[in-house]
Amino acid sequence: MSETIPAIVEPPAAASEADVLAAAPPRGAWLRGFLRRSVGHGGLMLGGGILLIIVVLALAAPLIAPHDPYHQDLAQRLIPPIWHAHGTWNHVLGTDKLGRDYFSRLLYGAQISLLIGALTVVIAGTIGTLLGVCAGYFGGRVDAVLSYIVTTRLALPVVLVALALAVFVGGSLQGVILVLGLLLWDRFAVVTRSATKQVAQADYVAAARAIGCSTPRILFSEILPNIFNALIVVATLEMAHAILLEAALSFLGLGVQPPLPSWGLMIAEGKQYMFFSPWVIGIPATALVFLVLAINLVGDGLRDVSAPENRN
Amino acid sequence: MALLDVQNLVVDIPTQRGVFHAVRDISFTLERGETLAIVGESGSGKSLTSLALMNLLPKLMKRKAARLTFDGNDLLDMPERGMRKLRGDCMAMIFQEPMTSLNPAYTIGDQLTEALRCHRSVSASAARDRAVQLLERVGIAAADRRLKQYPHQLSGGLRQRVMIAMALMCSPDLIIADEPTTALDVTIQAQILRLLADLKKEFGMAMILISHDLGVVARVADKVAVMYAGSVVESGPVRPVFNAPSHPYTRGLLSCIPVPGRTAPGAPLGAIPGQLPNLIGWLEGCTFRDRCAFAAPECAGEIPTAEPEPGHEVRCVRLPALAGAA
Amino acid sequence: MSDTVLELRDVTRRFEVSQGAFRGSAMLTAVSHVSLQVRRGEVFALVGESGSGKSTLAKMLLGLLPPSSGEILIDNAPLSRRNRVAVARRIQPIFQDPYSSLNPRKSIAQLVALPLVVHGVGDRASRRAKVLEMLDMVGLPRRLLDAYPGQLSGGQRQRVAIARALVMRPEVVICDEPTSALDVSVQAQILNLLLELKRELGLTYFFISHNLAVVEHLADRVAVMYLGRIVEERSRAGLFAGPRHPYTRALLDSVLTPDPELGLPDTQIGAMMANPMSDDSGCPFAPRCPSAMDICRTTAPPVRTLSDGWATCHLNQEQEEALSAS
Repeated sequence: MSETIPAIVEPPAAASEADVLAAAPPRGAWLRGFLRRSVGHGGLMLGGGILLIIVVLALAAPLIAPHDPYHQDLAQRLIPPIWHAHGTWNHVLGTDKLGRDYFSRLLYGAQISLLIGALTVVIAGTIGTLLGVCAGYFGGRVDAVLSYIVTTRLALPVVLVALALAVFVGGSLQGVILVLGLLLWDRFAVVTRSATKQVAQADYVAAARAIGCSTPRILFSEILPNIFNALIVVATLEMAHAILLEAALSFLGLGVQPPLPSWGLMIAEGKQYMFFSPWVIGIPATALVFLVLAINLVGDGLRDVSAPENRN
Repeated sequence: MALLDVQNLVVDIPTQRGVFHAVRDISFTLERGETLAIVGESGSGKSLTSLALMNLLPKLMKRKAARLTFDGNDLLDMPERGMRKLRGDCMAMIFQEPMTSLNPAYTIGDQLTEALRCHRSVSASAARDRAVQLLERVGIAAADRRLKQYPHQLSGGLRQRVMIAMALMCSPDLIIADEPTTALDVTIQAQILRLLADLKKEFGMAMILISHDLGVVARVADKVAVMYAGSVVESGPVRPVFNAPSHPYTRGLLSCIPVPGRTAPGAPLGAIPGQLPNLIGWLEGCTFRDRCAFAAPECAGEIPTAEPEPGHEVRCVRLPALAGAA
Repeated sequence: MSDTVLELRDVTRRFEVSQGAFRGSAMLTAVSHVSLQVRRGEVFALVGESGSGKSTLAKMLLGLLPPSSGEILIDNAPLSRRNRVAVARRIQPIFQDPYSSLNPRKSIAQLVALPLVVHGVGDRASRRAKVLEMLDMVGLPRRLLDAYPGQLSGGQRQRVAIARALVMRPEVVICDEPTSALDVSVQAQILNLLLELKRELGLTYFFISHNLAVVEHLADRVAVMYLGRIVEERSRAGLFAGPRHPYTRALLDSVLTPDPELGLPDTQIGAMMANPMSDDSGCPFAPRCPSAMDICRTTAPPVRTLSDGWATCHLNQEQEEALSAS
């Protein structure tokens, strides 16, 4: 009996011994199962593939960028991309109004988008998870106070507050990351709070308390690993959200400042030329759509693949 | 003619690694007024058997049988529309957890009268009268008032009584009760079982009781079928099966449970070592042989059905050797 | 070393229960004036049905919930928030549902070693050796060391929970329905293991259960709890031979042994529950009691001392004995 059997016996009155059938698989079986399910998940594979390409291109930008993204050449302004009748191989995706190579700027822009997305999620995730876990675990008055803070935050329109703060701190890369990080923690808090409430009911939390575990140990070692699935999904969604918001802020001139090649900024700078040179908007906008789509696909896929009910 | 005639019932579940044989070759008949108990541990296929009778199996599962008739109707070829007419009207089901089988959004009254009104053209007030009458019959006081309540306002015992009343609304010929008392307190369990037995007699119904509890089965059933790993290993009238258990699995199960006054306190209880076998793929011989103390080479071959007494059937080739060991 | 290892002195626990938005809150007394003494090396069983307060009592013993009033003493030292970690070395739980009591993200090695890590016992290597010793002791194959709970059967999980509870060699183990979520054949194995470990390690068990057959099998003394109050506390032999409280008698009558000659018992008790919110002075069992008298509804029953324990009931000795005999 080396084979194992999926727990599909007696579905309606699924008695607790249903997986008496499960003989213990060897070490690393969970990871293998996870990978097997991942490979079988079309959306996750597609999103992961696109995301991987974008990340690699962004990291390798200094190596593969054909030109300096800041180098201006006014003689080469608004050259159309290669598929256009007047395109040249020297500038594969053409140039912008100042004659900078668009492909190079796109590559360096990916760095900025990914950096903003990742750092925002780290800051917002830390704040939100801390608040959510505390509210969910301690309950009572702690929950009431923290929930009040979350509600207050939810009452603030993100774009408006981000705009006001951006004016206040002045547009800069660090400013955008800080503003977004301090604003986008609400969903982390809401999701971790309810997930924590659920996990805290489990007997293994009571067992840990009965063993004498300290509260921080219970929070970090018993509860956090079990709400990680939910966190990962929120993190991907918020990363996409942050990247879009950065683009919006930069477009409005309150985010990343020129000459940094942010995708939002590229769209903003191109908007006066969109009727005669539509690619100056089309190219960064397409890149943005692909990045956000890829991140969302990965988030959805991870949720499907790592959900506890999918694990044997 | 038997009310329910099941011959060679099979439930197969296709999986990535082959076909999972959840129920294998089960045959039994049930007369009007009889109680058949199907007893087994989780994974034995007892609940799937009951779902297969009602044709309520999840879509991916495959049901096959040589014969499956209910009151002379062939259930195998019956279209879903016909089945729907039968379910609730002629055959009704009582589930283990009354909280999840009652819809929390509707009152007890709505749910009780629904089946009757959709199977018979009965006026609302007539249906209501029957509901009140049945609630009183299952021992619920102030039935009038209860009709307006929601499931969450009732205790577990009351909810299970409501479930029973609901199953009785159309006076079915057959009731399938899947662990009807497992979620209840022990003092309530005896009352509910008595109630079921009385009602069964009063309405002349047949009952299939699915249970893991040998005590419940012994006290309630007329006939027993002991299931292990998808097949019936021993069946027959209750008395011979419990007084002279013959299959090693039945014996093992009975030796596992402490019985006040019979097992010595503190003495080790009987145990069945090992785990359920893998039911995927081709199966041959007795599926219990890996866990059986009496296993012999011939257990891997064809297993004939022995009949130590009329009606008492045992699927074991080692019966002669066992008789000596008992 | 004193004979009494665990003592409850007049322990009461109340909960505030919201009754809806505009009706304020009411007090629910889950455990009411419970006094018990558990002697070293015995199996003390607490019997009760759902809602009797036995799980609340278990939580208080484990220090997970403070009593509203009264005192819990371990080795004559009161249990308090301050010494909770020290007490954790001496009292450990085994929970009912092995699917919920093991963190699914931790390997078996991590789960069993957790108490050692928390209390700073040994280094990595010695902890691993200790974990292996525990796996051997509870009968788990060593290859499961790095498996995760999701890969184990219910019985195997409960063995892991037992290994975790015993790795610090506690004096008292609180077993909260440790087998009621398991199949009968697995239940027998776990009960055998618990008894074996108790003999080997000289443990004291506080065994909470609703299954009287199991209690009869392993308890030395039994306390019966009803709606937060202990109604009878006796030696095992005395209680099962002659229960004094009508509720105990109903519980005993409700035990269904696998004996087809005996029909379903008539427990003669009602299903009406007293309201746990109301704090009236009468006997909590009076609404269901077949022998209830007027005085039962107004006055708390007196405690009658017996040769092997006590019971609290208004019936006088002759009446009780007459009922016991019938």
